[in-house]
Amino acid sequence: MQRIINFVLRYRNAFLYAFFAFIALVMTFRSHSYHQSKFFNSSRWVTGSIYGAGSDVSSYFNLQEENQRLTEENQRLRKILFNSQEDSIQPLDSTLAVYEVLNARLIKNSFTSPRNYITIDKGEEDGVHQDMGVITTDGILGIVENVSKNFATVQSVLNTKSNINAKIKGTEYFGSLVWDTKDYTEVQLIDIARLVPLVVGDTIVTGGMSSIFPENVPIGTIKKYDLNASKSFYNIDVELFSDMANIKNVYLIENKDKEEIQELEARTIE
Amino acid sequence: MNNTVIINILRFALLVLTQVLIFNNLNFLGFINPMVFVIFFYWYPIKGNRAIFMLTAFLLGLVIDIFSDNLALHALASVTVAYARPAVMRFCFGVNYDFQNFSFKNTTKVQRITFLAIIVLIHHLIFFSFEILSITHILLILKKVFATGIVTLILCILFSSLFSPKSE
Repeated sequence: MQRIINFVLRYRNAFLYAFFAFIALVMTFRSHSYHQSKFFNSSRWVTGSIYGAGSDVSSYFNLQEENQRLTEENQRLRKILFNSQEDSIQPLDSTLAVYEVLNARLIKNSFTSPRNYITIDKGEEDGVHQDMGVITTDGILGIVENVSKNFATVQSVLNTKSNINAKIKGTEYFGSLVWDTKDYTEVQLIDIARLVPLVVGDTIVTGGMSSIFPENVPIGTIKKYDLNASKSFYNIDVELFSDMANIKNVYLIENKDKEEIQELEARTIE
Repeated sequence: MNNTVIINILRFALLVLTQVLIFNNLNFLGFINPMVFVIFFYWYPIKGNRAIFMLTAFLLGLVIDIFSDNLALHALASVTVAYARPAVMRFCFGVNYDFQNFSFKNTTKVQRITFLAIIVLIHHLIFFSFEILSITHILLILKKVFATGIVTLILCILFSSLFSPKSE
């Protein structure tokens, strides 16, 4: 017994190291295979507030550019609005609208790691909750993962765990949007059958299969495509419309029918 | 609570803030985010309790992980660096390190830079290997380790000469 105690005491640093390394490894492997940690993430109060303060200062540097971008978006949307037929505009009864849109500001961006998470300055108190879709002025950004009182973290499309339903614009051929971690301007669209005619430059939009994003939110254009190992599906490189390195204002989309859809689907599987 | 403890707590907080607010957003050449907080392991007192050093390293890594949303990668790398530091020091400074009155003052610049470089290398190698966690991406791992490592090293050398602690 004495010897065992002496042994442990002599190598106590090695044991301590093994203990810490074990904790860290468990957390690391959990973060590889499960969802983001519920308690330790940048939407928490302390981390969120510090990022918020940092972002308050740095946001002034590209205010003009950001305004320009928002004005351009307004212009585009106004053009659509003025050119659409009067009677196709739905009555402004908010209870009838399927999608609710919120706006938020990015306080922490990330696009260099294989699992990127983005922090935004809106949380539970502003009506944000898990699994809301997040888009930028140009295209898709990600899905809300964790929400605290005043902040939320978003799982970016640039995340190996991200898997979003997408299709080729104007058709109903859909596949999954994933990321191979190589380049932050490109994501990959997989599971498109080889019979589908593809052209470089075609637009990729979100598909109607997910209850998170509305159909036809722009994602990007086809940059190049080739067949996968089994020669039956295409691997398509999609160049993103959103400049992932330069985002400030984002929109959160909530599908009000989502709960009903999910409940129905869950019941059907049972 | 003596002076060294307060200095190290301050250092801890300031390094976390500079890391998460400035260096994590650098994205130099699109992917290089130098991890300047590694200099903490260079600055930490030499004759300290190793257990406390490892605990501090673990906490430092964990705090930065929470901010960067990559849980426990930095913690793992940092605690390894803390564990390996005495061996690295013995390698870099030779027998001098074992003397009671050893300090950075009686070492050469080359020795100190080697020491810093090995610390950075260990940290980055572990960080990127576990971040990517795939043997098939070994080239990507090496590319990231060396590109980020060189920038981190340069910044750490600059920092260490800018804020060289006079008391040590």
